[in-house]
Amino acid sequence: MRFSALRILKEGLTGNTGWGPLWRTPEPKASYDAIIIGGGGHGLSTAYYLAKNHGLTNIAVIEKGYLGGGNVGRNTTIVRANYMLPGNSEFYSHSLKLWEGMEADLNFNAMHSQRGIINLFHSDGQRDAYARRGNAMINQGDDAILLDTQGCRKLLPYLDYDQTRFPIYGGLYHKRGGTARHDAVAWGYARGADQLGVDLIQQCEVTGFLIENGVCKGVQTTRGDIRAPKVGMVVAGRSGQVAEMAGFRLPVESHVLQAFVTEGLKPCIDHVITYGMGHFYISQSDKGGLVFGGDLDYYPSYAQRGNLPMAEHVVEAGMTLMPMIGKAKMLRSWGGIMDMTPDGSPIIDKSPIEGLYVDAGWCYGGFKAVPASGWCMAHLMATDHSHDVAKRFRLDRFRTGHVIDEESTGSQHNLH
Amino acid sequence: MRITCPLNGERDLREFTIMGSVDYLDRPGQDGTIEALDDHLHLRDNPAGETRELWYHDPSGTWLVVTRNTVTHEILSTELAMEVGK
Repeated sequence: MRFSALRILKEGLTGNTGWGPLWRTPEPKASYDAIIIGGGGHGLSTAYYLAKNHGLTNIAVIEKGYLGGGNVGRNTTIVRANYMLPGNSEFYSHSLKLWEGMEADLNFNAMHSQRGIINLFHSDGQRDAYARRGNAMINQGDDAILLDTQGCRKLLPYLDYDQTRFPIYGGLYHKRGGTARHDAVAWGYARGADQLGVDLIQQCEVTGFLIENGVCKGVQTTRGDIRAPKVGMVVAGRSGQVAEMAGFRLPVESHVLQAFVTEGLKPCIDHVITYGMGHFYISQSDKGGLVFGGDLDYYPSYAQRGNLPMAEHVVEAGMTLMPMIGKAKMLRSWGGIMDMTPDGSPIIDKSPIEGLYVDAGWCYGGFKAVPASGWCMAHLMATDHSHDVAKRFRLDRFRTGHVIDEESTGSQHNLH
Repeated sequence: MRITCPLNGERDLREFTIMGSVDYLDRPGQDGTIEALDDHLHLRDNPAGETRELWYHDPSGTWLVVTRNTVTHEILSTELAMEVGK
């Protein structure tokens, strides 16, 4: 079933009776050519690109809950390519290009909106840092414009420019950045993978690995053993538990990151804005809710909910920057489980066990990486070689010292 | 989340900073291999459930070992790190 304007018109005239499920609900087979553990954004895009780019269609995605029920369904939906360090720069650049072609490729409306991201700065030093970052982005082939205060006033007239403590010196404007509809990305990749023959198996939890002579031969699940010569674990916040079943440890701690949304308002915030002097960033969803978030709660957690100190900090920072949102009523807050690495950058690599591959450590930035993560993980699983734009996301980089510390805060677990 | 410090009683979460797993107390010695140091600094059990962690009470400068549940956020016990003596 292809989506098109004509199709919508036809269905509208015939009582919307022709729409069917977007994917099949197959029973797991005894064996596949490859298995992906985890039916989130990254797992589904890995499956899609394994089938599309590498012709591996006899594969399965195994999900313990429902598709897209984890972090891809509970994030703040920001898509951008404003990284600076080698490793991140080329990877997120590739990801943004894939985003730009994704909806046409998948024939699915992911509501990708390139409304622009503005990172505000509040001191000379911060301006220098953002100028340098902007130059790195331009060198990578992406876009960046350094705005001064007047430039910000023109685009964002509603910020508090009169505050003396953290005056707004300007912002780094990344026009191709923006937002997308989080669920739709997962659904689009799920439908695309299903159409290429991938089995999407929900309500099936992996309980162990079939490891014979140190080689991974498949997985044990709540619906029986499933064998495959290649298994990819793409399980985000649960990476620690899945790795433990396979008998190794990862440089990953799972932390909670909170986000908030207000009641629906008329359109007032046209961009994604990040505050440079407090943990606060905001955008307005297509439904009108102001979606905003801040930093981690900074303690390991699997609770999918946070504590009040960070909620208070985020709201205070928001009020400092744009007092106009003070009367909006907050509707909901929630938390996602972030798989944090010591340097804040991800891992796409072989595991210590032959036949088992790891895609993990997406920290608080996994959403924008969904297409490229799948692209590169599929490349790794199909060819046994890292993709060029992901070759620095190595599992052993903390031991060898080749860390990718984008925030320059140090490569230590409690610093990111 | 409130943490009961053995010296200062029940205090707000804002007064504490986490260092990480209690494994940090078992630092490999001078003769430790690179692998042992990598293990110590980077690799984590990352348990969903009960865990033991090093926390620092900022106002009083007290190191604590906190036993906590990462699924429920329940604080199960707190001890002075110097008395844990690992």
